[in-house]
Amino acid sequence: MASLTVRNLRKNFGAVEVLKGVDIEAQTGEFIALVGPSGCGKSTLLAMIAGLETVTSGEIWIGDRMVNSVAPKDRDIAMVFQSYALYPTMSVRENMAFGMESRGIPKDEQKAAIARVASLLQIEPLLARKPGQLSGGQRQRVAMGRALVRDPKLFLFDEPLSNLDAKLRVDMRTEIKKLHQRVGKTTVYVTHDQVEAMTLASRIAVMHQGQVQQFDEPDTIYNRPANIFVAGFMGSPSMNFIQAEITSASGTPMVTFPLSDGGSASLALHDGVGERVKDRKVVLGIRPEHLSRQSASTLGKPGMATMTAPVEVVEPTGAETMAVMKFGELEVVGRFSPDEAPKTGENMPLAVDMSRACLFDPATQKRI
Amino acid sequence: MSDATLSSAPALDLEAGRAGRRHLISRIVIYGLLTFFGIIYLMPLWVVFFNSFRPLAEISANGLIAFPQTFRLDAWPQAWSEFCIGGQCAGMQRYFWNSIMMVVPATIISTAMGAITGYVLSKWKFRGSEIIFGMMLLGVFMPGQIALLPWAFILGKIGLANSVYGLVLVHCIQGLAFTTLFCRNYFVGIPDDLVKAARIDGAGFWRIFYRIILPISPPILIVTVIWQFTGIWNEYLFGVVLNSGANQPITAALVALSMSGTTVRTYDVMSAAVLIGALPPLLVYFFGGKYFVRGLTQGAIK
Repeated sequence: MASLTVRNLRKNFGAVEVLKGVDIEAQTGEFIALVGPSGCGKSTLLAMIAGLETVTSGEIWIGDRMVNSVAPKDRDIAMVFQSYALYPTMSVRENMAFGMESRGIPKDEQKAAIARVASLLQIEPLLARKPGQLSGGQRQRVAMGRALVRDPKLFLFDEPLSNLDAKLRVDMRTEIKKLHQRVGKTTVYVTHDQVEAMTLASRIAVMHQGQVQQFDEPDTIYNRPANIFVAGFMGSPSMNFIQAEITSASGTPMVTFPLSDGGSASLALHDGVGERVKDRKVVLGIRPEHLSRQSASTLGKPGMATMTAPVEVVEPTGAETMAVMKFGELEVVGRFSPDEAPKTGENMPLAVDMSRACLFDPATQKRI
Repeated sequence: MSDATLSSAPALDLEAGRAGRRHLISRIVIYGLLTFFGIIYLMPLWVVFFNSFRPLAEISANGLIAFPQTFRLDAWPQAWSEFCIGGQCAGMQRYFWNSIMMVVPATIISTAMGAITGYVLSKWKFRGSEIIFGMMLLGVFMPGQIALLPWAFILGKIGLANSVYGLVLVHCIQGLAFTTLFCRNYFVGIPDDLVKAARIDGAGFWRIFYRIILPISPPILIVTVIWQFTGIWNEYLFGVVLNSGANQPITAALVALSMSGTTVRTYDVMSAAVLIGALPPLLVYFFGGKYFVRGLTQGAIK
């Protein structure tokens, strides 16, 4: 039995359709990430699951109950907000006890629950402080503690790390993952950061303009994206999209696109993709890390194709080096290890891993 | 580079000197004007204050605006409990208590109602809530005199004419527009996420109000209480029209006092009476004034 099932959910705000038929589900103990750009509807979806927004049409099931018209407090959920929403005039302990007080739980049970959660999140020394006296990371943990204390069926996180600085965000991300491994509750996590989604989730729902573009495991989303939007959104730097044509050379299907020097590159298609292609025009998608310098080792691997391209800008980050190259008129980003890093102005011999490349239909934007 | 700095150093000094003098002159003008206006505002208070301690003979001899030469406390007890106003010789005492009995309940009730109404209009928005708020705003901008006759009519009908309770009712209703405006604008600054989190935690309408909204409210509640207290205490029109005789508040009684006195104008007693009437709002401003300003300029928590 799934912890959460959302069926064909629609939401209108007046004449504006914000959610256009969303279907997702979460098995017990799963960590689902809802990821997408601003305005895609992920926060609205979360608010509807929480009961803070009404449903225009569709069904929301938590456990074995349809909860469309159930009040938030009766849905057996807990939520962590982007702004933490800690009650400013109450101490941390009172913040955590507020929900239990409202439900009339006896005092000793309250104390036991608070003690358990405080030791789990290591916020025991903070219990007497007010939210104004806590740092951002501490407030975050208190907000999670307030949610944990409820022991609900479903955890909802609404971009909880957005208000933290970069380093703290990475640390808290790991803490959330460890917490989930320990506590094992079903979690729905909304974020606009695809790195958070990839690292935390067991399944990701990529949303765009009110629709779920793809709902799959991170690995599938990354390597076999359903359409151009998913491919471009996940991964940083994002995937390179090259307008190309299908040609064939001695029976082998190839994808061809123009180069800067006026010639063109033809890369052999891999894995039977050639059979599925309908039109001649395609969009070739290559991730930056699938470009490498030609060498004995790279050329030996199956699915590798070669070409050369001039290098315009080189950006070393220490651990790796990004390079902006020109394929014809198009700027393409590559990710190289510092040992094989290109030099600015060099006409770099490239090895392209075609077994990982994706072809997209320009008309439907879907992956072929 | 160093050449440029050296050669421009004397020029800079001249310019700096000129700017410094301009600054000084503007300071003198500003402070001069402020002091001048300060004196103008405070003069009436000083005159009344001194006159309440001068014997009547001296006032008649030296004029109203003169430095006191003798000091007498007689005027005060006279004003409080002995002076004859409109036939009764019991001083201002009775009217003072009328005003207190009118202001305190009206302030408390109108502030409480304003807080709840502001809470509803800002945190529990419903269809038409903005229209209702707009209509309540009309109450802020509408002159009070418009409601005078309707109030006279209503109070007569429900039997509260010429009583302190009638005035309490009037001021509660008249004040509701202001108190709602203050509280609603303040509560709008409280993050909605707090209310959402409380709803998920299981708190209902009143619980959220008592445990979450009210504890953050002291700044705006103080502003509202001070505003209402001084406004209702100083209010004259409704007090003098709707009530008469012994049921009037102190503002109306002061006017009656100034018309009493047969041949001679007892400036000393009148001054003392005026100060008695002005004392409560003055005290409120002295002790609460800084909270008033702070509350007006402070938003809600972040």
